[in-house]
Amino acid sequence: MAPRRARTWVALIVTWIVRIVFAVILGFPFYWMLITTFKRTSDLYNLDNNPFIFNERPTLEHLRLLFTETLFLRWVGNTVFAGAVVVLITLLLAVPAAYALARLTGGWGAQLGIGIFLTYLVPSTLLFIPLSRVISLLGLQDSLWSVIVVYPSFTIPFSTWLLMGFFKSIPRDLEDAAMVDGLSRWGAFVKLMIPMSTSGILTVVIFAFTLVTQEFVYALTFISTAAHSTVGVGVPTFLVRGDVFYWGSLMAACLITSLPIGVLYNTFLDRFIEGFTVGAVK
Amino acid sequence: MAVVETRRLTKVFKRGNVGAVVNVDLETREGEFLVLLGPSGSGKTTLLRMIAGLEDPTSGEILIGGKVVNDLSPRERRIAMVFQSYALYPHLTVFNNIVFPLKAQGVDRAQRQKQAEWAASLLGIGHLFSRKPRELSGGERQRVAVARAIVREPSVFLLDEPLSNLDAKLRASAREELEQFQKRIGTTAIYVTHDQVEAMAMGDRVVVMSQGAVRQIGTPADVYDDPADTFVATFLGSPPMNLVPLADVIVGFRPEHFLPAGVAERGGAHLSYRFQISHSEYLGAELILYGTIQGGALHQKKVISRIPSTHSAGLTDGSAHTFAVAESDVKFFDKQTEKRTAPRSLS
Repeated sequence: MAPRRARTWVALIVTWIVRIVFAVILGFPFYWMLITTFKRTSDLYNLDNNPFIFNERPTLEHLRLLFTETLFLRWVGNTVFAGAVVVLITLLLAVPAAYALARLTGGWGAQLGIGIFLTYLVPSTLLFIPLSRVISLLGLQDSLWSVIVVYPSFTIPFSTWLLMGFFKSIPRDLEDAAMVDGLSRWGAFVKLMIPMSTSGILTVVIFAFTLVTQEFVYALTFISTAAHSTVGVGVPTFLVRGDVFYWGSLMAACLITSLPIGVLYNTFLDRFIEGFTVGAVK
Repeated sequence: MAVVETRRLTKVFKRGNVGAVVNVDLETREGEFLVLLGPSGSGKTTLLRMIAGLEDPTSGEILIGGKVVNDLSPRERRIAMVFQSYALYPHLTVFNNIVFPLKAQGVDRAQRQKQAEWAASLLGIGHLFSRKPRELSGGERQRVAVARAIVREPSVFLLDEPLSNLDAKLRASAREELEQFQKRIGTTAIYVTHDQVEAMAMGDRVVVMSQGAVRQIGTPADVYDDPADTFVATFLGSPPMNLVPLADVIVGFRPEHFLPAGVAERGGAHLSYRFQISHSEYLGAELILYGTIQGGALHQKKVISRIPSTHSAGLTDGSAHTFAVAESDVKFFDKQTEKRTAPRSLS
């Protein structure tokens, strides 16, 4: 009895050590952003200070600068708007496309799916040249709509490919059963396939939305006016002036934009991923 | 209740290939339990899926209740199906699984509740209503799948090997239960299986299929005692019928009809042979004897005998005894077509 108890203790300690190490590694950037946000600049630049703690009284100066002297809230608003529209376009096109490729086109589906995924691998720096021509033809220069039009060209291929995997993992019997039970194919798709792919759809939502928040090259070149910028471009362009870095405000901006996404990720993803298809078919 | 009929029904999956189902003519009777029996790849599941509307026939017609349903979608055919995998909706509770077909039909809430309770009470699963499929045992899942199929009182009940995922003991009781249940609700049922014991025990009639074609349709006794060809003769029965080629015919007789002379004689003409036992298998209630016939028309032919172990005295490996088979139990098949032909004299 005694050795077994000792073994469980060792296992428990090891588990906790691993947990703590990972928590520290993953949590550190957030701690760093948080502490820098409230540190006085003099504290920040003094190399004799312990960088992990406040050596002087905290300040709200960096937040004031961010909110009053830049268009930060506007950028966040632009990003959320562009993100929402891109997510919507992506879902509207990728979900039916993935279902069709996974189910309806037989042998062609898989090859077409790979083909679609390959387009995702074309570097955006190459696509940039033709796309800028397209944007100017559409008359969307210096408009938020330029990135709203361009981003789905990356999000849709990847999302289609990802959702294809999800739809394929749902046994065909379930769909057949739904159709025998009185649904049309469309009904089975809406009432069965979509609810059962919630985790995949959420992944797509988060993927498309984070792409909009972090994309830089297109947002920088297509949009030049500060008022039309996304947060990913506005923050580094307006808070890095020459060789002057407004570290406190930069970190505040990063913290404010990354926290909601982090929370979104953690609340939804874990909950939906497990146990969705278990027990459906033996 | 309805009669299901197929007329020259054919399914070819890949053009140029042999059909998965070839020219199948079939007609159920009102309220009948019809079993489609065949080895895997014989086309029985494809045939069932075509009747369900999940697979489009390449040619031929399907009629349900006298109406051609080829162009109707599965939901318009008013059928219910139990899948081999049960296909329970994993994200819904047992109750919501059972009422799913009713919801799809737009049945109101009170009626749904009533019918779900009726179906659940027939199958004894009312206490599972709030569980998810993953929290159920294999037997419970199978019952939920049956409940979901009967809840809207379909005209035809299709079952695709619904017992094959259960362990042997549970399968026997579920088999009996399902059979009783079908008798009680009286709905025409088409049941697919590769298990001959299931087919014999459950079927009012059995359709034996091989390579997409129907080999024989008949009651369990018909197909067992009067097989239409050598495929049916060997597919049914374990061990299978002894088939011995002789001139232009194949002679067949069941192992349990080839018995020690003293045991076999029940009146009527008999054929007696000297049977040299090479080895035997003791199976508890019975004994399987493998050996060769010595002398006569069937000299040196390998045959099997299956006798009750109560008659096994003296039947040791290597010994030779006189065995006999009633002439009426001997079947003849054409060597070319392998179909049954007229009996002839063997002596």
